[in-house]
Amino acid sequence: MLKTFALGGIHPKENKLTAKIPCEYQPLPKEAVVMVSQHIGAPATVVVQKGDEVKTGQIVAKQGGFISSNIHSPVSGVVKKIEPVADAGGVKRNAITIEVTGDDWAEGIDRSENLIEEIKDDAKTIIQKISDAGIVGMGGATFPSHVKLMPPPGKTAKYLVINGVECEPYLTSDHRLMLEKGPEIVVGIEILMVALGVKQAFIGIENNKPDAIKAMKKLTSKKKGIKVIPLKVQYPQGGEKQLIKAILNKEVPSGALPIEVGAVVQNVGTAFAVYEAVQKNKPLIERVVTITGKHLSSPKNLWVRIGTPVSSLIEAAGGLPESTVKIISGGPMMGKAMSNLNAPVTKGTSGILVMAEPDTARKPASECIRCGKCVTVCPMGLQPYALMVYGIKQMYDKLEAGKVMDCIECGSCSYTCPANRELLDYIRLSKSRLGPFIRNRKS
Amino acid sequence: MSLALIAAASLGAIGGVSAIILYGAAKKFVVIEDPRLAEVEAALPAANCGGCGFPGCKGFADALIKADDLSELYCPVGKEETMKTVAAILGKTVEAKAATVAVVRCAGSCANRPRTNLWDGAKSCAVVSMNYSGDTGCSFGCHGLGDCVFVCKFDAIVIDEETRLPVVDEEKCTSCGACVKACPNSIIQIRKKGPKSRRIYVSCVNKDKGVVAKKACATACIGCGKCQKICPHEAITIENNIAYIDDNKCKLCRKCVPECPTSAIIELNFPPRKTSEIQDTATN
Amino acid sequence: MMQFLKVSPSPHIHSGDSVKRNMYGVIIAMIPVFLMSLYTFGLGALVVMLTSVLACMFFEYLIVRFLLKQQPSLSDGSAIITGMLLAFNIPTNLPVWIILIGSLFAIGVAKLSYGGLGRNLFNPALAGRVFMLISFPVQMTSWPLPLVNRGLYIDATTGATPLAIIKEGLKNGQDYAELLEKVPSYFDMLFGFTAGSAGEMSAVAILLGLAYMLWRKIITWHIPLTIIMTIFMLTGLLKFAGAPAADPILYILSGGALLGAVFMATDYVTSPMTARGMIVYALGIGVLTVVIRIYGAYPEGISFAILIMNAFTPLINTYIKPPMFGKPVKVKAVTK
Repeated sequence: MLKTFALGGIHPKENKLTAKIPCEYQPLPKEAVVMVSQHIGAPATVVVQKGDEVKTGQIVAKQGGFISSNIHSPVSGVVKKIEPVADAGGVKRNAITIEVTGDDWAEGIDRSENLIEEIKDDAKTIIQKISDAGIVGMGGATFPSHVKLMPPPGKTAKYLVINGVECEPYLTSDHRLMLEKGPEIVVGIEILMVALGVKQAFIGIENNKPDAIKAMKKLTSKKKGIKVIPLKVQYPQGGEKQLIKAILNKEVPSGALPIEVGAVVQNVGTAFAVYEAVQKNKPLIERVVTITGKHLSSPKNLWVRIGTPVSSLIEAAGGLPESTVKIISGGPMMGKAMSNLNAPVTKGTSGILVMAEPDTARKPASECIRCGKCVTVCPMGLQPYALMVYGIKQMYDKLEAGKVMDCIECGSCSYTCPANRELLDYIRLSKSRLGPFIRNRKS
Repeated sequence: MSLALIAAASLGAIGGVSAIILYGAAKKFVVIEDPRLAEVEAALPAANCGGCGFPGCKGFADALIKADDLSELYCPVGKEETMKTVAAILGKTVEAKAATVAVVRCAGSCANRPRTNLWDGAKSCAVVSMNYSGDTGCSFGCHGLGDCVFVCKFDAIVIDEETRLPVVDEEKCTSCGACVKACPNSIIQIRKKGPKSRRIYVSCVNKDKGVVAKKACATACIGCGKCQKICPHEAITIENNIAYIDDNKCKLCRKCVPECPTSAIIELNFPPRKTSEIQDTATN
Repeated sequence: MMQFLKVSPSPHIHSGDSVKRNMYGVIIAMIPVFLMSLYTFGLGALVVMLTSVLACMFFEYLIVRFLLKQQPSLSDGSAIITGMLLAFNIPTNLPVWIILIGSLFAIGVAKLSYGGLGRNLFNPALAGRVFMLISFPVQMTSWPLPLVNRGLYIDATTGATPLAIIKEGLKNGQDYAELLEKVPSYFDMLFGFTAGSAGEMSAVAILLGLAYMLWRKIITWHIPLTIIMTIFMLTGLLKFAGAPAADPILYILSGGALLGAVFMATDYVTSPMTARGMIVYALGIGVLTVVIRIYGAYPEGISFAILIMNAFTPLINTYIKPPMFGKPVKVKAVTK
């Protein structure tokens, strides 16, 4: 019996088209657009000026608060402009545009391929290096990693949970990373264990990636304290709280962080980035992006520099097919539909999904038939149908009592609804309206 | 006969006992209200729209009675007349306020502002503006999904099928401000209705630079400042690349309207200009 | 590429489940029951079914189109289900005009006056059936005998249902063992060869429908299983305690208990939405059914039991919540 979480869950078609395709390197773009806010929290403060020459890996924006992240130049070139650029949704956000002249790396970065297994640094140095390198959660949530490694006073971490689940359909970037950079990820996990001072680490991998489970088991067989846990294929297995429930059988209390039950969750991509940052002094300037879609002529996994326009990735995968109706940055369940293809790749771009009509079109919503399927599939035990109605009517007391802020926005309710109701759309809206209100009341 | 008597007696007894209980309860749980409360409430329009900022007409009536000065309190539905009646009941005075109406400050119709993508999500402007710029090039303008229509209690606002923009019915609009609060892009504004409903306003809220704004929408305000220069009453200010006409200062002289290179300034309910005037502007 | 890219919030894929798929699933599940009723009662079953389904669809179309002035959505199949369930719940010799009145009440009053599919408080078919039962008690309680008059409609010879025989007998102080000889065997009841409403008799056909709906994940096991278990255990208990009752198996196999538990109580709109709520609701139906059957005026009571619990559904939805993930902590540990 494979481990899984207790409540709800769905089984969308996996469609992992690129699982067997090794990663390639995407050539440098002509112009790199580096968004100033690629993470959750305060935007970074720009420290370069128009006309400055920057080298690959050089810091261009410093973290603008505790929950924020450094940003480095992904290329070498000249800063062309610092002004708002339309992001994937067309909303203009501040960005640094760099005209690329080459790939001249900043000093002190080890670019060799050899594996450095010995960990020389202590916890404090490691966290400082991770913070300096601008590492954020690579699974898509982009929460600054160094914050997670510093538990609030009074709380101590006991377990490190490494998320190799990749429960989103289509995406394979974490899967490929585990196969190709396994040894580095394991060293990265050991570094994270030192940083947190924990003795136990678990790597959760969904059972639809037997090759990755086998590879990681082999690599960790001699490592003390690291254990690979195969998990049942069920969405949203990769949700932080669901993963902790599945692996440790502990429920993170409502409104609390995983540290409450002594767990810290990091993505395998983050573990790899940590390895690069601590052992090789390399900041986070590139990541694996899955370019996929049933109608693409050559879907693939690419190593992409941050700031590369999405359109060039689609070109690399064989160009935009005729049938395209929707392009999604991320996975089909939680990703963001793009209206602007010139938007750049950011630290959280795990995939670019090109979809055609029958797979993605929304059907017109009809009256709720009270079948209760949304309640059955909700992994947080909420009542989406009621929350949607409260949201439309702006009944904030009922929304709060219904624990709308616990919603992890996994999309299982909208996915399941036979009446095609836009449950998550309104729940998300309610969260964005209620969230600031609750935070203000607390402070 | 006796049966009828028993029935009458028992029913009478039940009735009597109930009456005593009800009387007792009414005495015991009586809430003493200001007698004027009911009177004031009756004078209010009973729309319960919340336009005054209080929870319903009763809440407003309560506030009216407690307030020493009525100048801060205003019923946008009943307007002048209601306020005067209320003031008469309470023995207070009210100053005359100019009539107001909701004004939609976006002219980005389908012709002026071409689509760039198709919105396929929930039909709610608030949902759109959470993360997306909307389905045209302008991220500041109207999304046309009718959140304002949904909140209007007076059926005073509808979305025009052709332009996908909201249209305010002046007769029905009470300027309660529900649509102003509902609009995520703050396009709708409560402005002075003006004499004979004549109004002049800048129909654009795009904060982008002129070039960018013009590219997205043919009738965008580009912040050029021509109107500001010509205005003899200093009613026009330019901030964040948009001109704004202060309805308290504007004297409705209409000089700014022909000046605007993108026709972003709109004049409403004015008689047609004389030919000489038109020629005048043409030579300018 | 199309002219414009589509943009919407996530999720961008859908399970493909639809209201139609669920409704037609229920219709398919009811076909075996209909076929058994055709075999048992012949012409009458066909006439009643056709009248009821067509009348329900017709009234739905008329009311939605001309009274509510909306676009009728007959294709969602819900009117067909109401019509079929209504036909299953009435004797096969019922005159057409009574069926028409029943259909009009079911669709017009019980469904559309609340606002249509998704808003009705009571199961329309049951409301229609109970309306007819109260208005036309004689016609509604004279059931044609099974297998004997397949070619006849109104003129079919009639008899009492097993439950009515037992109820009447026990009231008159007859011995239970004696009465048991008058009612059909369990085997006959399993296949539905007894007098009764068109669709309530064949346990095998109903269970086949249940299996199909469970397999297609249209309904969950909670409601049917809980109702059947409650009826079984409670009658067993009461009989053991000496109440004037028949044996539990007979109670489950007869009197529409299975039809009600499988097709009527599981109606999406009028049943609770959480698993816990469903169990409470089904328990209520089970208990009420037994109480009405043993102590009430009617020999069978599941229709009334379901309607009464329908009225409690909004209350159950409000107060019985699903188990939530993670108990709330008093001091929230937010690092901001």
